[in-house]
Amino acid sequence: MSTTLIPRLQRRPDSAPGAGGLAERVLRIRESGIVIVLAVFVAVTTVVQHRFLGSANIQFVLVDTAGFALLALGETMVVLTRNVDLSVGSIVGLSAYLSADLFAQHPGISIPVVFLAGLGIGLACGIVNGIMVAAGRVPSLVVTLATLYIIRGVDILIVGGNEVDASSLPNSFLDIPKDTIGGIPDIAIAVAVLIGLGAYYLRTFRSGRDLYAIGSNPDAARLAGLPVGRRVFTAFAVSGAIAGVAGVLWGAQYGTINSTAGTGYELQVVSAVVVGGVAIFGGSGSVIGAGLGALLLSTISSALYVLGISPFWDQAIWGFLLLLAISLDQTITERLTSALRRSGTRHE
Amino acid sequence: MSDLASRLRSANLRPLLRWESGLAVVVALIVIIGSAASPDFLTGNNLFNLGLSNGEVAIMTLPMTLIIISGEIDLSVASILGMSSALLGYLWVHGWPLVAIFATIAVAGIAAGAVNGLLVTRLRLPSLAVTIGTLALYRGIATILLGPTTVASFPATYTNLGVNAVPFTGNDMTYSTLIFIILAIIFGVVLHATPLGRSIYAMGASAEAAQFAGIRVKRIKTGLFMLSGLVCSVAGVLWTFRLDTAVQNNGLGMELNVVAIVLLAGVSIFGGKGSITGVVLAVLAFAGIQNALLLTNFNQEATGIVTGGLLLASVFVPNAARWLSLLRTTRRLSPNRQLPEACSQARPRQPHEESP
Repeated sequence: MSTTLIPRLQRRPDSAPGAGGLAERVLRIRESGIVIVLAVFVAVTTVVQHRFLGSANIQFVLVDTAGFALLALGETMVVLTRNVDLSVGSIVGLSAYLSADLFAQHPGISIPVVFLAGLGIGLACGIVNGIMVAAGRVPSLVVTLATLYIIRGVDILIVGGNEVDASSLPNSFLDIPKDTIGGIPDIAIAVAVLIGLGAYYLRTFRSGRDLYAIGSNPDAARLAGLPVGRRVFTAFAVSGAIAGVAGVLWGAQYGTINSTAGTGYELQVVSAVVVGGVAIFGGSGSVIGAGLGALLLSTISSALYVLGISPFWDQAIWGFLLLLAISLDQTITERLTSALRRSGTRHE
Repeated sequence: MSDLASRLRSANLRPLLRWESGLAVVVALIVIIGSAASPDFLTGNNLFNLGLSNGEVAIMTLPMTLIIISGEIDLSVASILGMSSALLGYLWVHGWPLVAIFATIAVAGIAAGAVNGLLVTRLRLPSLAVTIGTLALYRGIATILLGPTTVASFPATYTNLGVNAVPFTGNDMTYSTLIFIILAIIFGVVLHATPLGRSIYAMGASAEAAQFAGIRVKRIKTGLFMLSGLVCSVAGVLWTFRLDTAVQNNGLGMELNVVAIVLLAGVSIFGGKGSITGVVLAVLAFAGIQNALLLTNFNQEATGIVTGGLLLASVFVPNAARWLSLLRTTRRLSPNRQLPEACSQARPRQPHEESP
C-alpha cells in the first residue's frame, strides 16, 4: 500500500493472535526499561547534586517535557501506521506566531479562543498532509518533508523580520506554564491526562487498534477491509492539530516568537518517539512509551546542566542514547521472534 | 564506448528519462525566467556565486543518491560535514599540520559512515532511525570539540581556494563545482555502467533477491555509507575554507536540502530507481531557483516554499501520469474490445511509485 515508508527495510513480526500477550509483555518490559534508565539517571544526579530534585528543577523539567510529550503523542499515532510526520516543527512555528499575534491584533481576546485558533491552524496543516498521503498515495516522508519547507516558508513570509514579544502577551497567558497544582505544572498534568486518554483510545477502540494493524501490515489491513486511507488521514490530522496546540504552548513558554520558532523540532520529536520504544516502521509501541521518551530526553538535558556538565555534551549523549535504545529494541524483538518461532514449532 | 552505450540503453531508462526531461524543462524555464527578470542572471559572476553557495550541497547529493537507490537513507550527512569542520578548526588551533588534519578528517568521515553502515547492516536497524541518532551524535561531537568558539585563522592559501576560481576557467568555476563535476561523472559511470552500479539498483529493488543473486548487500551498503562519510567530510573542509570559519553549527539542517534534491531528481524513496543525470539536473534546478529568487528580491529564506512545491511535484506528477494512463487503459478495455498490445506488456514503474 502506498502510505508505507520504506517498507522493505524492516519487517516487524506481525502480531499473530498468539503473539499478542507476549508482545504486550515485551512492550511493558520496554517501557519499564525507560523507567529504569530514568530512575538511575535521577538517582545518580541527585546523589551528586541535591538540587536536582528541588521543586524548581522538577517544574522546569516537567514544563519542558509537556510540549515535547504532546508532540510525541501525535507523532506516535502517525508512526504507528508506518508513516512519519516531519512537518510538526514547522506547524509549531506557524501556530506559535499566528496565535500569539492574536493577542496583539485583538487585545483582550480570551485564551481558550487562542488555543482553538492554534488547534485550527495545526488541524488545517494536518488535513493537507493527510489528504496528500492518504488520497494521493505518495510516501509520507516525501510529503511531510515538502510541507516542512512549505509551512516554514509561509511562516517566514507572514512573520518577516517581526516578532511577538512578551510585552504584547497578557500575563495570564505567560503564566500558563508557571501555574502548578501541588508543585506539578498544570500543563504537565493536562498532557499526562491527554496521553492517558490516547493510550486508552489506542488500546481499546477499534479505530485505535486499526492503527496498529495498518502499521504491522498495510496490505493485510487493506485486504481485511480496514479503512486504511481514512485512518491514516485521521492520524495526520490529529498530529497536525496537536502540533498546533503545542505551538500555542510554545508561545506561552518562551514569550518571544519569531520565524524560527520550532525549527528542527521534528527530529527531536521523532527521537523521543523512537527512544520510547515505538517502532519507526509502525505496528508496535505506545503513546505512554513515547511520553516517557520525551521525559527521559528532557531529564537528561536537565541532569547534564545541573551536574555542571557543559550543555555542549547534550546532543552527543542524546544521539548515543537514541542509538542504544533502538539497538536494544531490535535485539529484544529478534530474540522474541526466534523464541516465538521455536515455541510455534514445538506446538505443531 | 559502444559497450557503455548499450549498457545504458539496456537499462530501463524510459520512465526515468521522461521525468528527467521534465526536469530539464524546469531548468530551462528557470534560466529563461531568471534572465528575463534580471540581466545579471546569466553572467559569469553570478554563475560563480551560484557554484559557491551550492557546491557543498551538490557534492553531498551524489553519495546520497547511491544510498537512497540502494534502499536506505542517510540523514547524518550535514552532521558529518559539521563534525569535519569542527575537527578542522579544533586540530588547527592545536597546532597540527594541515596535511595531518586532512588525513584525520578523512578517517573520521569514513569511520562515521562505517558506524552508520554497520548499525544498519549488522544490527539490521532501519537507516532512518540510525541516522537520526548519528545526526545528533556527530553534531554533538562537533559541539564538544568547538563549544561556542569560532576558529577563523586558517592560512590564506587554503581559504583563497574556497572563494577563488579554478585557473583557466575564465573565473567562472569554483573548486567545489569542479569537484562536483568530476565526482558526478565518476558516480554516473559507476552507477549506470558497472556491475557494482547494477547491484546497487538490485538491492534497492529487493535486498532479499539481491542477496540470493550473490550480491554482497551488507558489504556494499556499508561501503556506501563510508563513501558518504568521506565525501561529506570533504564537503566540510570546503565549507570551512569557503567561509573561513569553523563553528559547531556549520551546515545545520542541510540534510533535508540534500534529501529534497535527490527526491526531486526522481530517485525513489523506496530504492531501486533514479539516475545521476536526474540528480545533476535537480541540483541545477535547486540552485537556479534559489538564485533566481535571490535576484528577484523574493524573501530569500522563504525559498523553501518553492523547494517543497517541487518536491511535491516530484511525487504527484508521475502518479498523475500513471492515473491518466490507467484511466485510458480502462476506457480502452471497455466491453468487447481486445487488450491493446502495449497494455499487455509489463508497465514500467515510475519513480516514487508505491512498492508492490
